[in-house]
Amino acid sequence: MIWLLLILAGTLYAALWGDIALVTQSAITAADTAVSLAFKLTGVMCLWLGMMRIAEKAGLIKLIVKVLQPTLRFIFPDIPKNHPALGAIILTLSANMLGMGNAVTPLGIKAMQELQKLNKEKTTATPSMCTLLVLCTAGFTLVPATVIALRTAAGSGNPTEIVGPTILVSLFATISVLFLDRICRVLFK
Amino acid sequence: MISTLSEQLSVWVIPVLLVFIPLIGAIRRVKVYEAFVEGAAEGFQTSIRILPFLVAMLVAINVFRASGALGCCVNFIEPVLSFFHIPGELVPLAIMRPLSGTGALGLTSEIFTVFGPDSLVGRIASTILGSTDTTFYILTVYFGAVGISRPRYSVFVGLCGDIIGFLGSVYLCQYFFALP
Repeated sequence: MIWLLLILAGTLYAALWGDIALVTQSAITAADTAVSLAFKLTGVMCLWLGMMRIAEKAGLIKLIVKVLQPTLRFIFPDIPKNHPALGAIILTLSANMLGMGNAVTPLGIKAMQELQKLNKEKTTATPSMCTLLVLCTAGFTLVPATVIALRTAAGSGNPTEIVGPTILVSLFATISVLFLDRICRVLFK
Repeated sequence: MISTLSEQLSVWVIPVLLVFIPLIGAIRRVKVYEAFVEGAAEGFQTSIRILPFLVAMLVAINVFRASGALGCCVNFIEPVLSFFHIPGELVPLAIMRPLSGTGALGLTSEIFTVFGPDSLVGRIASTILGSTDTTFYILTVYFGAVGISRPRYSVFVGLCGDIIGFLGSVYLCQYFFALP
């Protein structure tokens, strides 16, 4: 729906007030970007999925799950105890918090794949999937690495001064989103 | 204090993990190299699987932006937001943030060039960039990878999170950086 709206609005606007040639050009450039993005992602994806497999075999993930399970099952009540999805979710959220950028995506996808195994209707998102997604998009972070790099590059006198506000705002947004998610779970049963 | 800690953390996390995970693995008698390759093999398939979703979403967003429709939206919203003491310079960023990560990054560096990273607008832009994420990208990639085409209420909740992050950044920074 949103997808159709974006294309429709864009093309219509260009046809009426802008330059219709831009639509063709931007569509093709974007398709190109998508492919290079996916390929760029392939490397990090392999790296972190490989690391994760080692951690899994070493029993590291089981250990983390054991410790954090009670908190996590409160946020994700639909996931059965000791399910592999829990481990993947913990890793995703931790990577997000630590501002690991590209490493978050492979872990997030892995978590979604585990959640998909619990899904009965394969094309519809489950409540747990929605919760994980909104947690990731709200992006609670302790280390806004990209921003610090960007500020340093721009010659800021104090590149890290925004860390405090960033942590507070993202914490607040995350809590609000969790709250909204709970309401939606009940409303859209 | 928090800032230096955060800065150090950002430099150290990945190197530490790269050493720590294989080391523990080796101590626990895992064949680390074999395990790594086995896990990494999944990476390629996954990125191929998300490709069509990524193409669809990026094309739509880029057409919307390049055609000028996005700019038109900005002009519409700007007067409303300035009424609520939200600097107009931030409006394009607010709309771009959930749509495109590189787009938002570009807009932020533009703000840095024009106003400076240590201006109020620059600080707010930094906070917005750090505290919210590219909702549509995450939606596309995460759900695309498992073939979910009906995201249900998650889009709505995710966008609410972006709005909360945006407003939170604007008001908190105005308060925080006004302190002596």
